[in-house]
Amino acid sequence: MNPEALILAIILLPLFGMFGIITSRNHPNIREAVTLITASLVAILVVSLAIQFMDGNDFAVTIAEPIPGLSIAFKVEALGMLFALVAGLLWLVTSIYSIGYMRGHKEKNQTRFYAAFALAISCTMAVAFSANLFTLFLFYELLTLSTYPLVTHAGTDEARRGGRTYLGILLGTSIGLFLLGILVTWFVAGTLDFQQGGILAGKLDPAWAGLLYALFLFGIGKAAIMPFHRWLPAAMVAPTPVSALLHAVAVVKVGVFTLLKVTIYIFGSDFILSNDITGGLIWVAAATILFASMIAMTKDNLKARLAYSTVSQLSYITLGAMLASKAGLMGASMHIAMHAFAKITLFFAAGAIFVATHKKLVSELDGLGRAMPITFTAFFIATLSIIGLPPLGGMWSKWYLGLGAVETGQLLLVAVLMLSSLLNIAYLLPIPIRAFFSKPASGSHYTEITEAPKTMLLAMIITSITCVILFFYPDPLYQLATLATGGS
Amino acid sequence: MDFFISHYNYWIVIFLMMVGLYTVINRGNLIKKIIGLNIFQVSVFFLYISIGTVKEGAAPIITEGVKLYSNPLPHVLILTAIVVGVATTALGLALVVRIKESYGTIEEDEIHEMDHSL
Amino acid sequence: MGNHISLLLVVIPLIAAPIVAVLPRGRLPWLATLIITFICAVLASSQLWMVLNDGVISYELGGWAPPWGIEYRIDAVNALVALIVAAIAAITLPYALLSAEKEIPQQQIPLFYSAFLLCLTGLLGITQTGDLFNVFVFLEISSLSSYALISLGRNRQALTSAYQYLIMGTIGATFFLIGVGLIYSQTGTLNMQDLAKLLPELAHLKTVHTGFAFIMIGIALKLAMYPLHLWLPNAYTYAPSVVTVFLAATATKVAIYIMLRVLFTIFPNDFLLATPTYDIFILSGMAAIIIASIYAIYQSNIKKLLAYSSVAQIGYIALGIGFASSKGITAALVHLFNHALMKAALFMAVGAIIYRIGSCNMKNINGLGKQMPWTFGAIVIAGLSLIGIPGTAGFISKWYLVTAALEQQAWISVAVILFGSLLAVIYIGKLIEALYFKPVTDSNQSVQEAPLLLLVPLWVLVCANIYFGLDTSLTVGVAEKAADVLGVINTSSISGVMNK
Repeated sequence: MNPEALILAIILLPLFGMFGIITSRNHPNIREAVTLITASLVAILVVSLAIQFMDGNDFAVTIAEPIPGLSIAFKVEALGMLFALVAGLLWLVTSIYSIGYMRGHKEKNQTRFYAAFALAISCTMAVAFSANLFTLFLFYELLTLSTYPLVTHAGTDEARRGGRTYLGILLGTSIGLFLLGILVTWFVAGTLDFQQGGILAGKLDPAWAGLLYALFLFGIGKAAIMPFHRWLPAAMVAPTPVSALLHAVAVVKVGVFTLLKVTIYIFGSDFILSNDITGGLIWVAAATILFASMIAMTKDNLKARLAYSTVSQLSYITLGAMLASKAGLMGASMHIAMHAFAKITLFFAAGAIFVATHKKLVSELDGLGRAMPITFTAFFIATLSIIGLPPLGGMWSKWYLGLGAVETGQLLLVAVLMLSSLLNIAYLLPIPIRAFFSKPASGSHYTEITEAPKTMLLAMIITSITCVILFFYPDPLYQLATLATGGS
Repeated sequence: MDFFISHYNYWIVIFLMMVGLYTVINRGNLIKKIIGLNIFQVSVFFLYISIGTVKEGAAPIITEGVKLYSNPLPHVLILTAIVVGVATTALGLALVVRIKESYGTIEEDEIHEMDHSL
Repeated sequence: MGNHISLLLVVIPLIAAPIVAVLPRGRLPWLATLIITFICAVLASSQLWMVLNDGVISYELGGWAPPWGIEYRIDAVNALVALIVAAIAAITLPYALLSAEKEIPQQQIPLFYSAFLLCLTGLLGITQTGDLFNVFVFLEISSLSSYALISLGRNRQALTSAYQYLIMGTIGATFFLIGVGLIYSQTGTLNMQDLAKLLPELAHLKTVHTGFAFIMIGIALKLAMYPLHLWLPNAYTYAPSVVTVFLAATATKVAIYIMLRVLFTIFPNDFLLATPTYDIFILSGMAAIIIASIYAIYQSNIKKLLAYSSVAQIGYIALGIGFASSKGITAALVHLFNHALMKAALFMAVGAIIYRIGSCNMKNINGLGKQMPWTFGAIVIAGLSLIGIPGTAGFISKWYLVTAALEQQAWISVAVILFGSLLAVIYIGKLIEALYFKPVTDSNQSVQEAPLLLLVPLWVLVCANIYFGLDTSLTVGVAEKAADVLGVINTSSISGVMNK
């Protein structure tokens, strides 16, 4: 397949899948088969694209040009490739998982769920391959809109309230701040194309550049920087597969991915470093890391705790982006992947617990470990990866982030990272420990509870093993991250 | 004082204009509003007609021995405007009739009250 | 033939109007009107094509040479506006058949189509003529027929709204007339080109200033520029759905066109800079965007919600005019076009809902999105366009408007424009939430999707909303040309004014 067609195929396939899902709405088995086939095809295509890209092929395609100089165009570059790889592979895993979850939980409106899900993936892929900020913004907004039905899936008052917060914050920040940032960039630089080394250097006074960066930082609401993080916990009313893929991988990673793109290809790391553009803003990310971790400790609802953990982990990436040094950016890029695999495992486990036991609270999990050993083992592995302990993938990204902080001489930030790791231990590790070693509240061990459906277990096993593999074999990620940060 | 007298046509126009507008704004009776609107429009007709006059000019009909004519164009324009005004009045009155039929009153405040109580 | 297009555009619907009125009841009047509007649309598009290729068309009515005779003068600006009017009329008409049968008493239907054609005559006439007094005449033709059209609404409030509109509209028209008279008393001409030549010499006269002010207020009333918009919400709310679709998409747009003409063709730039005109436009635009949008949020009648949103959208156009740069004018013209598309689509969708459930109150539409998926989809897409989500037409106009504002470093305006989009998110979100996420009420259980004859025109507009969001060579291309024709203006001298 020629390169252009390959990009388009990756973006359009989920879309066709969506129509297939809608037309086969009366036959759940065919519908699920369509989902699985589409997801597998996308995964295969993404991997083959990655292989061709690593061989040095260039991929670019322009769709339309609504405003002279502003086109809807796609282009593959390292960072986008890395992100697409993560999203594509995890969609397949999540599809396997969600079939078990949706059936096990007997959800209503499953067709709408799968259709919106496919649409969201299509948008995510388009974001990953965007060749300019305009295209990226277009699909960023479409992603928000296509995930709205997923968030409000339950249709209850609570879901609607959550949906309102979700849409309000994401659309509000993107229109009010992000779009403004894009417009200012367009006005100053006369282009929005992502270019190695940035497009703003020399065209903008550094003081104003700091302000512009702030517009992006807060405007990209999907990166969940405080105080615009509220949508993420609110979105947890969604079914767990949605929380798993979208709110641990696709949507939130689109946010930090956008921020990284803006940092590397719009501002340019040299421009940022030499003018200390992000000097003050970086503390916002540091504060988000710490506060979100502390809030996570107070949450008894498992998904809420994971959500705040995500907020905190996202700010690692934001922090790495704002360090703008090579190691910082490397760490941030790799953390996109590392955190994705770990956090999706945690959500899978949470969903499995919910389907098997209908328990949502951390305090109810005592003693469940024996009844659901696979689930909690997976949870444990992922926890270690989030904390950043070897032999798990999470260690690498934290390593580079710490290195970046040292490199730029920000020792206080190193302290923040270390403190945060301690907090991670404090809010995540007790969960599997209590499950395995505490006695249930009733005093006797669970006998009536068994593991969740097999497809769910399979998904969890795949992702948790990947966490381990990524420790020993982070090479593809490392190469892509190196390419993205401009090294060779 | 000369200024006032020499511009007497404008004073008349302004006076009528104000009377008309005031009636439209102040009266609650729908018919009276239309009367006010008419007075307002007529004042504009006067304005046009009076600015068309040329001092010492004769009526614009070609006559031997007359060199200076008044400008006929504003008068022609105002013929059109009068037609428009008549049409507006007719439509307005027709509406008032329909309003009276469905509300039973043509007082503005009573109509408002009836709509709000619905 | 080619030379007569501009006249034919006015004469054909004018002659057709009385004929339609006496046609027998049934569907014949509709068919006749449909054919007429399609002819007009074809003529208008060929006219635009001719103007773009061959430049300005000048047509002397009855062979009288301007400035004595009436001249029809067509350049890119009015050719564009004429096309908008004619095209919207042609799209509205297929929709009109069922919607009008539902909402208008049987015996009045021929009269309805007759009034519709008269309104079309007036609106097209305004766009064609190059004579200021002629503008007044056509303005009144369109206004009188639209009062009549509005009064055909089902509720009795339609009568009071039409009456209110009549009073306000007539005051506006009379103000315009006073202004024209005062200008005429100083220049002795009514031809726009001639005025443009003569006025620079006379710009210092108080009479010219007074006349200018009267004309501005007169037109501002007609185009519902904030705070002279009070007639609009009720008129749009209680008019029959078809009428609302047509008027919302065209009537105010044509008034905006006259405004542009008067400002940029007739009056010299120095004159305008000596007056606070542009500041007033910017202030009024900002106030409209914020206040009218907030009003829209609190409406429980959907048509009224959209009507207030129209007032806000007119505010965007006023802002574009107020920037007085070629980017600003381009933005205003593009938004004029795009807003016609999105508002027509939204009002059509609401009309489809009224067709099915006979009401357009928020509390009666709960859950209808599932019963009427196509109508609902149209509302979503047109609503996104209204908000200005990229990929839709609305985004393009917002984009140009904000770049125009950035060019002048008018940061407050930028903030207001973006804030306005957020408010639009709220009111469109409210609508969508009620339609889709609230449980279906019992009375709505058996509601079906609207008939095809309503859906097809609706979706034509919806697709246009997307198409013009991706390919702007027509809209922006023509608008830029039009902005050149209007010949604006050095931006530097006024940027200081904006920058406070």
